[in-house]
Amino acid sequence: MSESRPITEAGGRGDRSIPKIVLTDAEAGAAAFVGSNSRSYNYFEPKKRRATKYEDVTVDVQPDPDRYLTQGWILGWANGDLGYDASWTRMKSSDWHRFRDPNEEWEQSIYINNSNSVRTVQSSIENAKSGNAFEFWNKSWIPIIAKHFSAWGHVDQGLGMYVFMPAQRTAMSNMHNNAISVNCMHKLRTAQDIMLYNMELMGIFGDEFDGEAHQEVWLNDPSWQGVRENVERLMNIQNPSGSSEWAEATFASNIVFEPLVGELFRSQFVMQFAPSHGDSVSPSVIGVSEREFNDRDLRYTMDMMKDFLEDETHGEENKQIMQEWLAEWVPYSIQAAKGLEPIWSESEVQPVSFEESFEQVKSRFEGILSELELRVPEEVTT
Amino acid sequence: MARTSVSKAHAKIQELSWEPTFVTKDPKYKTDYTFKKGGQKDPMKQVLSSYFPMQEEKDHRVYGAIDGAIRGNMWRQVQPRWMEWQKLFLSIIPFPEISAARAMPLLTEAVPNPEIHNGLAFQMIDEVRHSTIQMNLKREYMRNYIDPAGFDITQKSFHNNYAGTIGRQFGEGFITGDALTACNIYLQVVAETAFTNTLFVAMPSEAAANGDYLLPTVFLSVQSDESRHMNNGYGTLLMSLADDDNKDLIERDLIYSLWNQHAVVDAAIGTIIDYGSKDRRKDRESYTEMWRRWYYDDYYRSYLVPLEKYGLKVPHDVIEDAWTRMTDGFYHHTVAQFFATGWMVNYWRIDPMTEEDFEWFEDKYPGWYDKFGKWWEHYSSLSEPNGHNPIAFENTGYVYPHRCWSCMVPCLIREDTVMDYVDGQWRTYCHKWCHWTDTVAFREEYKGRPTPSMGRMTGQREWETLYHGWDLAEAIKDLGYVRNDGETLVPQPHVIFDDNKMWKLDNVRGIEFQSPNVLLNEMSDEEREKHMEEYKQGFTINESL
Ligand SMILES: [Fe+2]
Ligand SMILES: [Fe+2]
Repeated sequence: MSESRPITEAGGRGDRSIPKIVLTDAEAGAAAFVGSNSRSYNYFEPKKRRATKYEDVTVDVQPDPDRYLTQGWILGWANGDLGYDASWTRMKSSDWHRFRDPNEEWEQSIYINNSNSVRTVQSSIENAKSGNAFEFWNKSWIPIIAKHFSAWGHVDQGLGMYVFMPAQRTAMSNMHNNAISVNCMHKLRTAQDIMLYNMELMGIFGDEFDGEAHQEVWLNDPSWQGVRENVERLMNIQNPSGSSEWAEATFASNIVFEPLVGELFRSQFVMQFAPSHGDSVSPSVIGVSEREFNDRDLRYTMDMMKDFLEDETHGEENKQIMQEWLAEWVPYSIQAAKGLEPIWSESEVQPVSFEESFEQVKSRFEGILSELELRVPEEVTT
Repeated sequence: MARTSVSKAHAKIQELSWEPTFVTKDPKYKTDYTFKKGGQKDPMKQVLSSYFPMQEEKDHRVYGAIDGAIRGNMWRQVQPRWMEWQKLFLSIIPFPEISAARAMPLLTEAVPNPEIHNGLAFQMIDEVRHSTIQMNLKREYMRNYIDPAGFDITQKSFHNNYAGTIGRQFGEGFITGDALTACNIYLQVVAETAFTNTLFVAMPSEAAANGDYLLPTVFLSVQSDESRHMNNGYGTLLMSLADDDNKDLIERDLIYSLWNQHAVVDAAIGTIIDYGSKDRRKDRESYTEMWRRWYYDDYYRSYLVPLEKYGLKVPHDVIEDAWTRMTDGFYHHTVAQFFATGWMVNYWRIDPMTEEDFEWFEDKYPGWYDKFGKWWEHYSSLSEPNGHNPIAFENTGYVYPHRCWSCMVPCLIREDTVMDYVDGQWRTYCHKWCHWTDTVAFREEYKGRPTPSMGRMTGQREWETLYHGWDLAEAIKDLGYVRNDGETLVPQPHVIFDDNKMWKLDNVRGIEFQSPNVLLNEMSDEEREKHMEEYKQGFTINESL
C-alpha cells in the first residue's frame, strides 16, 4: 500500500502540468482487515430486509436530538423554537423516522418522473396540433377552457407555492419533508403547464380564446370563490409558533380538498365534459396531474397519515385530531365543490349532472376516510 | 420548449399570482427587514417544463460517469489520504444542501414578490437534488473504496461528532431566525455566491488530482445549478437595499455571514484540500491561493464592492481580518493540526505528512515548517500503536484548545482568543468577530432597534462538555466509532490497511477526557485570568517526545 507505483511522471505540454496517475490498490477487497466488509449504512432500520437506495440517500440526513444529535440543535428562534420542533404539528409520534415515502422519490426519480410528465403534456398538445384536433372543438367550449380550466392553475400555484413549500420546511424527518417537496413541484409544474397550454390555445384560436380571462374568473366569478377561499385558508394554516402546521396542511389539502374539489374538477368536469365538445387534449393535460395526485401524492399522504394513526402510543389521540381537522376543513371543501355547480350547466352538452359528479367524489372521499378508519363528517352524508 | 420561447412562457406564468382576500396573509416566517411590494424581476426566466428535462439530461451524464467509474474500478488509482477526508466532507454536505431546500419558504413568505418566489421554487428542488445526489456518491464510495468504515456510520457520526457542529451551523444558519438573514444573506449572498466556488470547484479539481473523477462529475453538476441561486439572492438583496432602513441589518448580516463562513468553511475545506492531497506539484494552487482568486478577487472585489453604489455597507475589515488569519495566522493549518490531534474521536483516518508534503507546504506557506513540521514528525512517529498513547496525550507541548462559542471551531490562533462572561457563564471565542456574533448580532436589538426575528444560539455548544470526565475508550464506544469486531477503532492516524497496525479500544483505555470549558468555569477568577494569559501566549512543540 505504502509503496505506490507511479505509472507516469507528472507531465504536460509546454508549461502545463498535470498530476501523475498513481496505482494505489485502494479498491474494495484489495485487503482484508477489520471493517473492510462493512458496506452498508448501519445507523437506521430499513423497512424491508435490505435498505433501498431511496432509504440510503434520505434517512437521517435531517438530524434529531432523539437519535444521534447529542449537542442538540445549535440555532433556533427567540421564542425558544428549535431548528425542527415537534410542537409545530399537533400530530405526535413515537418515532418520526419510521415513515417512508412509498414513491421512493429522490434525485433521479424526481427528474425522470417530472420530465415524463412534461413530455406527456407536450406531446398531447403537439399531436393534437399536427392532427388538427383543435378544429373539432365545439365553439362554446373555447371560453370554458379559457375561463375555468385555466383558473385551476391558480389552485395548483397556491397549493404548491404557499402550502407545500412552507410545509416541506417543517416536518420532523427528511422522509416527510422530501415527499412534501416533491408534491410541491407537482403542483407548481401543473400550474405552469396549465398556463403554457393557455398560451398555446391563444395561438390556435386567436381572438376566440381570451388568454387572461382566468384571472378575473379566479378573483370574482362566484363559481370560483369557494375554491379560492379554501385555497387561501390552506395557504394560511399555521401552528401556534406561526410556522406551517405541516401535517394539517398535508391532510387538509390531500385528504380533504383534492378528493372533494380537485378530483371533482379534473376527473368529473374536464375529463367528462371535454370529449363531448370535441376536446381530447385538455383531459390529457389535466390527466397527468390527476395521475400524479392519485398514484403519488395521495399515496404518500395515506402512508404518512396511517403512520400517525397506527402509532402505538399516540394513535388514538392523533385520530381525534384528524377528526377535528375534518370538522374544520370539510365544510370549506364542500362549499368549494358546490360553488362550482354552475359550470356544469354552462356548456352546450351536459354528459353528466353536477349531482352525479358530486356523488362520485363523495363516495371516493368516504372510501379514503374508511381506509384511514376515520368517521365521515355529517356534511358529507347529508 | 419547442416553439414558444422560454421568456414568453415565463411572462405568462406570472399570471398565476394573486393577492388573497379571504384571509389576511400572515407570513409564516418573519423578518425585521422592510420591503416595498413588487420590484425585482427574476432574471433567470425559467419554466419548469424546460427545467425538468434539462436536469434529467445532466443526470444522464452523472449516472453514466458513476457506472463508468465502477466498471473501470476507479478506486485502484484513488489516493486513500484523499478518500478518508471524504468521510468527513460527504457526511457534512448533504445536510446544508437539504437545509437550503428547507430555507426557500422563509423568503417566499417574507418577501412580497411572486416573481422571485418562482425562482425560489426551482432552487428548492435543486437542493433536494444536491442532497440526495451527494448521499448517493458517498454510498458508492462506501461500496467501492478499500476501507468503508466511517462511510457506513456517516449520518450518525456527522450528528454526534465535534466536527459535525462546525458544518451543521452552516445548514442550521439557512433555516432559522430572521428570514432575510438566514436565507438571503447567509445562504444566497454569502454561502452560494462566495463559498460554493471553493466547495464545488476547488474541491473537484483536487479530487481529480487524487485519482477521483467521480466527485468532479457530481459536484460540477451541482455547481451548474448555483448561478440560478446566486441570481435569486442578488434580486432579493437589491430589493432590501431599496429601503434605507435595512442597511444596518444588511451590514450586521454580512459581518456575521462572512466571518462565520470563513471560520467554518475555510477550516474544513482548507484542511481537506491542503492536507488531503497527495498531489504536491509546486504549480498546483494551494487553498490560500484559490481563496485569493475565488473569494477575494471574484467575490469580494467583483461582486460585493460594486454593490456599494447601491448603498451596501461592505465590511472590508472583516474580509481583511479573514485574509490575515488565512495567511499570517496559518488558520487552516492550525485546524488540520487540531483534527489530527483529536484523531481518535474522528470517523476517518488521517495520513501522516511526509518529507515531500513538508517541502510543498514550506514552498506554498513560507514559515510552515517552523510552526508545524516538528509536530507532524511526532504525529508520524506515534501513528502506529506501540505502547504509547494517542498524540493528544503524549508530551508534544501542544495545548488542547478552548472551543469558540460562536463558530465552534477551537480558538486555535491563540493570541486572538477572547474570553467573556456571557449569559451566566464563561465563554471563549476564536476572534473578536465571533465574540461580536454572540454578544451583538444574535440579540434582541441591534444598534438600538428591536430585532425580534433574529435567531438565537442554542444547544450544547462545547462538544467536550458531553464527555467531560469520561474514559476515552468509553467515549469512543458511546460515539459508535468502533469497527464491527467491537474493538478496532474506525479512525486511525494512518492509512495502513493491516489489522496489526490498527488502534483498538484497549490502546486508549484509562485516559480521562476533559472539557476545557467546564474546567474554565470551575476556576477562580484569578486562576482563570492567569490561565487565559498563558493560553494566549501559545505553546512550543518539544523537540523530542
Ligand atoms: Fe445546493
Ligand atoms: Fe469563532
